[in-house]
Amino acid sequence: MIGRQVALRLLLAFPTLFGVALIVFILLRVVPGDPIAMMAGVTATPEEIERLRGLYGLDRPLLEQFWAYLGQLVQGDFGVSITRRLPVTELIFERLPATIELSLFAMALAVGLGIALAVAATYWRGRAAERMTDGFSAFGLAVPDFLWGLIFILILGVLIPVLPISGRVDPSLSFSSATGLYLIESFFRGQFDVFVSTLSRIVLPALSLALPLAAIIARVLKSSLAEVMQQDYILLARVKGFGRFRIVMRDALRNALVPTVALTAVQFTFLVGGTVLVERIFSFPGLGNMAIEAVVNRDLPLIQGVVITFALIFIALNMLIDLTYGLLNPRLRHG
Amino acid sequence: MRFNRRQFLVGAGAAAATVPSLSTLLRSKSAAAAIGDTLTIAYHVSPPSWDPTVGPSSVNPGLQSIYKSVFDQYIEQEPNLAFSPGVLTGWGWNDDKTKVWMDVREGITWHDGKPLTPADVVWNLDRVANKDTGNVVQAVWASAGNLKVEGNRITGDVVQYVPDYFKWMAFLTAYLLPPHYYKEVGAAGFEKAPIGSGPYKVEQFEANGFLRLKRNESYWGGKPAFETVVFKFVADPSSRVAEIESGSSDLTLEIPFEEFDRLKDKEGLAGVCHPVSDVAMIFFNDVAPLEDPNVRKAMVLSVDREAIVQRLLRGYGVPLYTLEAPEYAAFDAGINVPHDPEQAIALLAKSGYSKDKPVKLTIQTTRGFRPKDYEMIQAVVGMWRKVGIEAEIEVYEIAKHFELRAQDKLAAAAFYVWGNASGDPNNSTGFAMWGPSPHSVWDTDDLDGKLAQVMWGEKDDTKRMAGWKDALRYIADNDYVLPLLQYYQPVIYKAELNFTPYVANFVLPHKTSKKA
Repeated sequence: MIGRQVALRLLLAFPTLFGVALIVFILLRVVPGDPIAMMAGVTATPEEIERLRGLYGLDRPLLEQFWAYLGQLVQGDFGVSITRRLPVTELIFERLPATIELSLFAMALAVGLGIALAVAATYWRGRAAERMTDGFSAFGLAVPDFLWGLIFILILGVLIPVLPISGRVDPSLSFSSATGLYLIESFFRGQFDVFVSTLSRIVLPALSLALPLAAIIARVLKSSLAEVMQQDYILLARVKGFGRFRIVMRDALRNALVPTVALTAVQFTFLVGGTVLVERIFSFPGLGNMAIEAVVNRDLPLIQGVVITFALIFIALNMLIDLTYGLLNPRLRHG
Repeated sequence: MRFNRRQFLVGAGAAAATVPSLSTLLRSKSAAAAIGDTLTIAYHVSPPSWDPTVGPSSVNPGLQSIYKSVFDQYIEQEPNLAFSPGVLTGWGWNDDKTKVWMDVREGITWHDGKPLTPADVVWNLDRVANKDTGNVVQAVWASAGNLKVEGNRITGDVVQYVPDYFKWMAFLTAYLLPPHYYKEVGAAGFEKAPIGSGPYKVEQFEANGFLRLKRNESYWGGKPAFETVVFKFVADPSSRVAEIESGSSDLTLEIPFEEFDRLKDKEGLAGVCHPVSDVAMIFFNDVAPLEDPNVRKAMVLSVDREAIVQRLLRGYGVPLYTLEAPEYAAFDAGINVPHDPEQAIALLAKSGYSKDKPVKLTIQTTRGFRPKDYEMIQAVVGMWRKVGIEAEIEVYEIAKHFELRAQDKLAAAAFYVWGNASGDPNNSTGFAMWGPSPHSVWDTDDLDGKLAQVMWGEKDDTKRMAGWKDALRYIADNDYVLPLLQYYQPVIYKAELNFTPYVANFVLPHKTSKKA
C-alpha cells in the first residue's frame, strides 16, 4: 500500500519537475536582465558581445536551449554557472547541507518551543502561562522571520553581544567537512571547538525561522489539546486519580499531536523557503544566500539549478508529509 | 503560577548576572578579541570566481580589493590614482607608438615558491588577448601583440594604438595568474585552490561565508602587517553595521551615511568618508523631447547639485559638471554649469513649455542599488517640476538597465553610476558618450566624430588631454548628459588601525596596519 503510494508520488513528481523547469526557463528569458550586457566591458563591440553570448550558449534558439537544458537535467547536470564557472550541481551540493542543517535545527526549535508552550498553556489553563502562550502566538505570527532576524541582530548581536551574527563557523577555525553538515559532523568527529562555533552561529538564524512556526504549532496544539481534554477517556483518567501533568503528557498529547504533525510538516516547506532571506541577513552560506546572489548576477544556469533543487525539496517534503500523515492517522491508512 | 514583586526582582537580577557570563561564554574569539595578528573585514561582496581576468567577476569593482590581496597587477595604483611600478618596473611605447616595452621586476615568486618570469607575463597577456578566453576587454589586450622576451624586458608590436593600454594594466582584468599552476590544475582546479603572487595567500574560502588569507612572507612589496586577514562576507548593510558595532569585525564599508556619521564618533571607532571613482549621472537619450536643446539645457540648469550633496548625502559628495572626477586625468575645474532655474524657465518658454504646459518625459532609475539613487532622482524630478518639466519615474533593476542600454532603448533620461578607476577619460566620458559603444546612450554624429578623434586619433598624451577638455566642454555646452556628483565611500574601522583610503575604492589589507 505504502509502496504504491510512493511509486505514484514519484511518477507524479516528473510532470511537476518538468513544469517547474519549463516555467523557470521561460520566466528567466522573459524577465529583464541580460547577463552578457552586464558583464560586457567598456570596449566591447556588438561582435564581442555576440561572441560572449555564444561562449555561454545564449545565442542559440530558445527551443534548442530548452531541449539542451532538459537533456542535461535528466542526466542530473544543471550546467555551468556563469559567475562561478563551476558545475551548478557541485555548487548546489556544496551549499545544500548548510540550508538543510539550518532548516532542521529551526524545525527542532519550533517544535520544541511550540509543544512546550501549548502544554504549559493547557496545564496552567486560565492562568498567566496560557495568556503568555496566546500573546506569543499572536506576536510570533505577526512578525515575519526576517524581521525576527534583524531584531535578534540588534539585541543579541549588538546591544548584548552574546552570540555571533554572521557566518556559519568562526573563520579562524580550520574545518574540512566531508558531508557539509558542520554541526553533526564536528560533534561526531569530536571537534568541539567547531561544534560550539557552529552551534553559536546557527542559533539566531534558526530562532528567526523557528518563532513564526512555533507560534503556529503552539496555537494549533493548544486548541487540539483543549478538545482532547474534553474527551471521556481523559475524564476517566482524572477519576482514576492520575495527576494533571501525566494526563496532559501521556494521554492527551499523543492524540492531540496528529493534526499538529500534519500542519507542522506543511509549514516546514514555508520554513525552508524562509531561509532565503534569513540566510542573507545572517550571511549564512546556504542555498538561499546563493539564490539571491545568482538572481542579482543573472546567472541563469545557477538560478535554474537552485529553483529546481527547491522544487525537489518541496516535492520530497510533500511526499513525506502525505506518508507520515497516513501512518499517523489510521482512518486514512485503512480508508 | 503568579510572580510577586520580590520573585520578579530576584529573577531579573539573576538574568542580569547571567547575560555577561553568557556573553563571555558564547561570543566567538573574533568578536571578543582586540586586533591581534588578524584583521577582520566585514565585506559587502563575495567573489563568485577566483579568475580575476575573465567573466562577470573580473569587471565587478567591489571585488578588486580581494583580487589585489591575492594577485599582482602589472602596474600598481597609488591612493590618488597615480600609477606606480608593480610587477612591471618600467613600461612605455617607442617614439612613433608602433612598439611597446615592459621591464619585469626580478625576484618575485608565486605563492608556491616558483619564480615569476617575463615569460609568465607574456603568457598572461597573450591569454587575455585571445578571443576564446572570454576576457571582457579583449580588444585592449589584443592592441599589442607579437610579445617577445629579452632578459627582463618584454617587447611587442602595436596592433592598434590604444592610448590607455598601460593604464588598463592597473585596472580591471589586469591580474597575473601562474601559468605553470593554471595549466596543471585547469580552470576548475584554479577556482578551488587559487594562487597568485600578491601580498596574501588564500588559506580557506567559503563562498558567501568567509575568506581567510595568510601573509605572503616573501611578498616583493614588503611584509604585510597582519599575518591573517579574514574577509567576512556580509551582504546586508545593517548586518555590516552590527558587525563593526559589536566588535566582531575590525573594518567595514558600504554603509549608509547616517550610520557612518553615528559610528565615526563612537568610542573605539574611527571613520573616513573619501571621494571615490564613482560618478553619479543621468544619461540623456537622443529621443523626443530631449532632441530639443532648450529642453536639455533646462534639465541641466534646473538641477541644484550642491543641495543634493548637502541634503541627501550629508555633504558626502562632490558636485560634478562633466563625467570626470577631480582626480581624473582630464578633469577641468573651469567647466561649471550654474544652478539657474530662471534661465531654465525662459529656455522652456522658447520651446513652448511652461509649468501649465510642462514637457513630459520618463526617467529610469534603480532603487537601493547605489546610495540614495532613488532619492536623488526624486529630488531631481522635484527640481524639474518647478521649471515646467514633468518626469515620471520608472524604477527598474540594474540588470534591466544594462539590457536596455546595450540595445539603446533606455528612456529619455536614466540614472547610472559610472566607475572609472583608471582615471583616463576614454573609460568614462569616452565609452559613456561615444555612440558606437554598447555602453553609450547619446548617439549623434557631431559628438561621435569629435570623440573618435580624441579617443584614438592623438598619440601625444598632452595634446590628447587638451583635446579631451575641448570635448568635455562641447558635451557640457550641448547638454548631452547630466553629470551629478562624485560619490564618497564611507569606511568605519577600529580606532587602533591605520587605514589608507584609495580613490579607486580599494580596501587593501596589506596597506592597513596597527597604530604604533
